[in-house]
This record gives sequence, structure tokens and C-alpha cells, in this order.
Amino acid sequence: MKVKVISRSTDEFTRERSQDLQRVFRNFDPNLRSQEKSVEYVRALNAAKLDKIFARPFVGAMDGHIDAVSCMAKNPNHLKGIFSGSMDGDIRLWDLATRRTVCQFPGHQGAVRGLTASTDGRVLVSCGTDSTVRLWNVPIPSLMESDDNEVKPLAVYVCKNAFRAVDHQWDGDLFATAGAQVDIWNHNRSQPVNSFAWGNDTSISVRFNPGEPNILATSSSDRSITIYDLRLSSPARKIIMSNKTNSIAWNPMEPMNFTAANEDSNCYSYDARKLDEAKCVHKDHLSAVMDIDYSPTGREFVTGSYDRTVRIYQYNAGHSREIYHTKRMQRVFCVKFSSDASYVVSGSDDTNLRLWKAKASEQLGVLLPRERKNHEYLEAVKNRYKHLPEVKRIVRHRHLPKPIYKAASLKRIQNDAIRKKDERRRAHSTPGSIPKKQLRKDRILKEVE
Amino acid sequence: MEDKQEAIAAEVDILSSRKQFDIVLPDLGPYTMDFSLSGRYMVAAGRKGHLALLDMKNMDLIKEFQVRETVRDVVFLHNQKLLAAAQKKYVYMYNEKGTEMHCLKEHGAVTKLQFLNKHFLLTSMNKLGQLHFQDITTGIMIGNYRTGLGRSDTMRVNPFNNVVAVGHSGGTVSMWKPTSAAPLVKMLCHQGPLTAMAFHPNGHLMATAGMERKIKIWDLRKYEVVQTLSGHAKTLDFSHKGLLATGTGSFVQILGALNGSSDYSRYMGHSIVKGYQIRNVSFRPYEDVLAIGHSMGWSSILIPGSGEANFDTWVANPFETRKQRNEKEVRSLLDKLPPETIMLDPTKIGSVRPNRKKVKPTKQEKDAELESAVEGAKSRPMKKKTKGRSKPSKVARKKQEIVAMAKKPFLDEQSRDIEMSKKKRKRNEVGEDQLLLQKSLQRFSKKVPS
Repeated sequence: MKVKVISRSTDEFTRERSQDLQRVFRNFDPNLRSQEKSVEYVRALNAAKLDKIFARPFVGAMDGHIDAVSCMAKNPNHLKGIFSGSMDGDIRLWDLATRRTVCQFPGHQGAVRGLTASTDGRVLVSCGTDSTVRLWNVPIPSLMESDDNEVKPLAVYVCKNAFRAVDHQWDGDLFATAGAQVDIWNHNRSQPVNSFAWGNDTSISVRFNPGEPNILATSSSDRSITIYDLRLSSPARKIIMSNKTNSIAWNPMEPMNFTAANEDSNCYSYDARKLDEAKCVHKDHLSAVMDIDYSPTGREFVTGSYDRTVRIYQYNAGHSREIYHTKRMQRVFCVKFSSDASYVVSGSDDTNLRLWKAKASEQLGVLLPRERKNHEYLEAVKNRYKHLPEVKRIVRHRHLPKPIYKAASLKRIQNDAIRKKDERRRAHSTPGSIPKKQLRKDRILKEVE
Repeated sequence: MEDKQEAIAAEVDILSSRKQFDIVLPDLGPYTMDFSLSGRYMVAAGRKGHLALLDMKNMDLIKEFQVRETVRDVVFLHNQKLLAAAQKKYVYMYNEKGTEMHCLKEHGAVTKLQFLNKHFLLTSMNKLGQLHFQDITTGIMIGNYRTGLGRSDTMRVNPFNNVVAVGHSGGTVSMWKPTSAAPLVKMLCHQGPLTAMAFHPNGHLMATAGMERKIKIWDLRKYEVVQTLSGHAKTLDFSHKGLLATGTGSFVQILGALNGSSDYSRYMGHSIVKGYQIRNVSFRPYEDVLAIGHSMGWSSILIPGSGEANFDTWVANPFETRKQRNEKEVRSLLDKLPPETIMLDPTKIGSVRPNRKKVKPTKQEKDAELESAVEGAKSRPMKKKTKGRSKPSKVARKKQEIVAMAKKPFLDEQSRDIEMSKKKRKRNEVGEDQLLLQKSLQRFSKKVPS
């Protein structure tokens, strides 16, 4: 007869020396862990609460400019460098890690309105209200350790009209300026190689397509968004919206799509091939959206607004995922996502650049593997129970400054009133005479080919 | 299989054979015991006030003390550092050194104690038939309910959903959650008083024993008896692997669902010294050991195949170090479940509520129902009656009447449906001139006479 019984010797189940790791044994039998779902729900709830507690998005402010920051440019070749231009003609290169000025680019007489760097990161192009375009040599990082120095421009091109924006081709030697007309420049020429105009109004922003190097989108003060193709002699397409578009950003992962930051406090995502209707309307801002920039992942974008807030949206969501504000931050004129998608920089009227985390409760610094696993687990659990009312309430809640909170509720009341009035008008008129409007189509007045 | 414990001891290794022992303590008996979650620690309580805390792995006595009054029940709280004892008038909490930490007066004279370790709820049943739920982390009394079914000496927690089941002297078992004053389930299990009760670790089976010499196994998904065994049991316990131990008098019987069948049959038997009265049997978690508390102390016997061989370090670790225990205490406090999560079906959390709307039966279904009703009426046997009342003509007429009666509700419903649809059609008919009007003005236009 053979009898088997459980017999555990201590040596087999404990560590030999105190330096060893403790031994771990697993048994995934569900009978050993009852109420698994309840436990997960409680963990999700706690994770949501902890996220709220650890939400400290503001990393630091970078001051140095003596007038409002009007434009910024990322250095594509150097992760922690960012250029900023201000309304008094000052251009600075910042080091995001130390949050200090690395060097200055003096020369502009009036406000700097556009900044961009070439893809290799060697050349910086700036333009401004003094009707000049300046090309600068960007100091290479090894020299950056020396005391802050001043850089002389490579070239200065003077034109007749003030410039409002500039953007460099993603892959190539060309850059485009927007002003009275859209000019295409080459690095090596002192005159524009090409000029476009459609109508008499000033173009206020310009962006090259990340996928197709010859396509660019501009917006102008006649409320239009125009798409140009450099291979054609004339502009390709144009739509006129009910309000002016302040800035445009192409989605780097889906290069046929772009999002326009509009004066009516919404952002509109368009498919460039099909401009008769917006793909998505991103609401939530309370005043004109001044600037927009996509994350390199293409899944979200950041906007800065005249209502003194910075918001982060999912590329396909109607409402913002996150809102950033501080007491001292004034009107935000320019925002940029960092090239590693983990930080956001905003430049505002109060002469400061501000550095924010893209995920408010993210832990900075090196994570241990166990820590990272735990974060991933909590994220997964939170995602699983995000629809339960208690979790949803905590995840959605944001504390807002009083003026913004009040303005938001006022706006809600106004929108409700408009909707109600519309419904009543429809009820009291001949059936079919007032069609229902879609916000995605409603704000597009005209499409011109 | 009739295995004497001596025969088993001869076959097993020396480490396991040490797990067979008898502790004779004739003065302060009958003993009851409770194991910690990992099965490493045991607390034994003699009715006359003897409390002993033991480390079963090293076989040493951690602490032994006398409380000098009746102890009816004892449980470990979340780890072996704290234990609760139901004494003559109140419930007391002790730490492992035997220091009295709290006196829980609100519970009263408690007969049975249970601890819900995921919720940190101490549950007690007192002599007046009141059920108390107390959160031991905050000290808040979560629930205090009168069962209204009299005094009860059996209470168990269903490990699947942490619902507390109480067995009453009337033969009913009532199941309670801490957030409702009415029982979730009340089921009549026995004709006489209930003596013992136990839950299978997967929570689907419940075993009950009654005074009328019956042990019943219940399926808790259907609330039906699946097996009735004859026999008396003063105490019952399920092991991790699903063996059922029953104890009565001086005899312990182990039942098991053997050879792939779902029916419980005799697996082993064991008799202790004649005259000893068994008070409590309980399987030691993660070990093939059954502890028997009786009037003369306690004994421990080997039951091969009863325990779960593979433990999970993160659930219950018999080899836990002090650091691991402290860590686990913090973790379990972070994951403490609110009392609302105790419900009959705990998998419902996070799922979608089913649609309450009734689905209308189709025409075929209605016809089939009518058919079956008519068939049923026709096949009903007629009574044999005298004095000419069973004449064929009378029987035929009677049958017709019955069929008509059976059809009537269906026909009524049909006519009602037709009426309704007619009304609906009339309401939807609008005149030409009405159609041209705006929606807001339609109600002012004349109705079209029908």
C-alpha cells in the first residue's frame, strides 16, 4: 500500500541565504481567490483616486523673455531643446532639462511671429512683423555648455510685408512663410522661389504635410483654410468656415488628417481629401483656440487657448482628456508637444514658457520593473471598470478656476438656449423647411475647388 | 477503504507522521479550534476558558492563557496576531501575547463567531438570535439584525461570495449580507433542528446536518438537495479538495465524491477513545490533516488527499516571514472590500443589467400554447360517477365544456389584441389638411370623423 500525503520540508520552500530572493509559488485556482471582481473593482477605484492625488502636471516655468511669447519651435534633432520667440523680437533656445536659456538670437526689430527648424536641426528660420526672414545657425549641443552666447544670423531677407508664420518642409530644403501671400523659399536663395495667393486676405498660419512633402495647409483671416500643392501652379482646395482658423496641425501618424484650431473655441479635425464635413469637432475650450500641436504618436494633441488654459484631446474625442491651468498663466499663444510625447510646453502672455507632463499623474524618473508592472496593472484595471459610475465620476472630475467654471456653465446655458430655440422654430414652421444642422457641417460655409 | 491511522503512519514519511497526535487536556475541555488562512497557526479554545495559540509547522506553543470564564468560540482575525473569543458575556479581542485588546460589548453573549477576511468584518451570532457585523479596522458596527428565528448554534461563511449562513433550530438556513435587514435566502433544510453546516470551497455545495439523523448536500445554484445521507453529525467541515468530515460522539467519518461521481460516499473513518465527545472537526488548510476538538483535548489525524498541495504565496503562505506578513497586512487593507460587495452572485459587479422588458410571444408561440392547453384539458381523466352522471353523452358534453374553458383566456386575449390594433390604426389616421400643418398646430385641427 502506498499513501501519499502533503509533506513540505522547510528547506524547499524558503530561501537558502538571506541575500536570496524569497521564493514565490503560484496557484491560479479561482477557488483560492473568491470575489475576484469585487477586488478588482476596489483596486480600480483606489487607482483612480491615487491618480487624482498624484496629478501634478506642472513641472516648471521658464522665464527670461520680457514680452509675451508668440511662437515656439521644436528642435527635431535634439530632444531637450526648444526655441521660443517673443513679441519684442527676442528669440531664445531653451534647455528643457535645466529649464535655462542656452543662447539668444538677437536681430528682429518687431515681434517674432514665426519660428521653425529644419529637419536636420542645423538651421533655424524666423520671421516677424519687421518684414524680414532670418536664417540662423543652431549651435551644436557640445558648444551649449559654454556660457550663453549670442548667435549671428546666416542670412536676412527683407520683404515688403509683415510675416505671420513660417514652417519648414519635413523632408527637404524648402520652407514656407505666410503673410500677405504664401511664399515658398529655398535655403540658398534670397528671393522666394514661388508665391501663392488666393484672395486678398492675409494668411496667418502655414503647416507642411508630414507625409507628402509638397503639400501644405494655410489658414487666412478671411476665415478660410487652403490646401496648396507645390507641384501645381495654383492652390488646390479651400474651405471657408464661419470663424477664423488660428492654427493648423497635421496628424503625423495619419498624414491625410489635420486639425484646425478655430476662433469659435472649437477644434475641427478634417480629412484633407474630403473637406465638406469635419471628421470630429473637439469642444470644451471657452475662448478662441490660439495654437495646436500633435503628439508624435498621433493619438492626441494639445491646444492652447485665449481662456488661459491648455487642454489635451484624444485625436477622435469630442471632449478634452485633460485641462491644465495655473493662477499665473495668462492667455496661451503657443503650445508644443515634446518629441517623446511625454511633455507639453506652453508659451503665454505672461512672458513665461511652462513645462507640463502630458500625463498628469505619471511618475517621473526611472521606474523599477516591479513598479512599472504595478502601474500597468492598475491602468488595465482602471480601464476595465471605467464605465462604472463611481470610477467614472472620479476619473472625469477636474477642479477648475472659478472664472473658467462659471464661463463653462454660462456657455452650456447659452448652447441649451440656442438648441431649444432652434427646436421651437422648427416646430412652428412648415415641416422640412428648417433642416436639422450638424455641427460638423454647419460651420463650413463654402467649399471651393 | 478502511485505513487505520497506525497503518497510514507506517507508510508516510517521518515529517508527516508527526502530524498525528493527541493532546489530552481533561480539565478544560471540550475544545474548539480555528486555523489561520495559511494553515500554519491554530488557536484552540477550551469551553472552560483555556486559550492556546500554536505554530503547527514547528509544533510549538506560542501562547497559552486562561480567561477563567466560558469560551464558546474563537476565530483568528486577518492574521495570527489577533484573535477574537466569544466568552460568557462579551466578545474579546486578544493579541498573540494574550493581551486583551478590546472588549466588544455590543455583540452580547455570542455563540458563534466568523471572520470575513476580505472585508475585515467580524460576524457574530448571539444567544438572542441577533447577527452582528463589525468592521474591525474602523470599529464601526456595519449591521445588527435580528434573525427572528431563535437561537442558533451554527454559522458559516460561504467562501465563494462571503454570504453568512445561519442554521436555526427550526431546520431553516438563512443567508445574510451585512447591508440588508432581511435574509437573502431562507431555506427549510431539515425537519428538526440544524446541528451543523459547511460550505464547499467553490461555494456551490452546502452540507447540512439535522437532529433527525440526516446529512443533506445542497446545490446552492439551484437551492436543491442533491444527496441525502443518513447519519448524525454534530460538526461538519469541507476540505480544500472537497472531502467532507462529519463528527459525532467519538466517531469521525470522512465522505468524498469518489471515482468521478458527484455523490458523496464513505472515504475514511476514525474513532477516538470511547467516551470522548467530539465538538469540532476542521481541516487544516494546505495540509492533509484533520483536527478534532473533543471533550478531552484535541487530536490531529492524517486524511490523505484532503488538502490543496500547491499554495499561492500571494494568497496564503505557510512559510511567511515577518516582513511578508507586514506587507500583506498593508496590501489587504488597501484591497479591503466594502460590505456592499457581499451578494449572492459576486460576478455581477461590472456587468450590464439585463433588459427588464417582456418579450412579446410570436403568433406561433401563442398557437402552440393554446394547442397544449387544449390537449391538457382533453386528456384530463373523468371521474367515475354514479346515478347516470357518467353517461357517454354527459361525459362528451362535460369534455366540451372543459375544452372551451381552457380556450377562453387565449381567445379573450386575441380579441383584446385585435381591438387594440384597431384603435391604434384609427389614431394614426390623420387627415390630409392635418398633414400639411406644422407639428405645433396639429392638435388644433378637427379630428376626421370615422
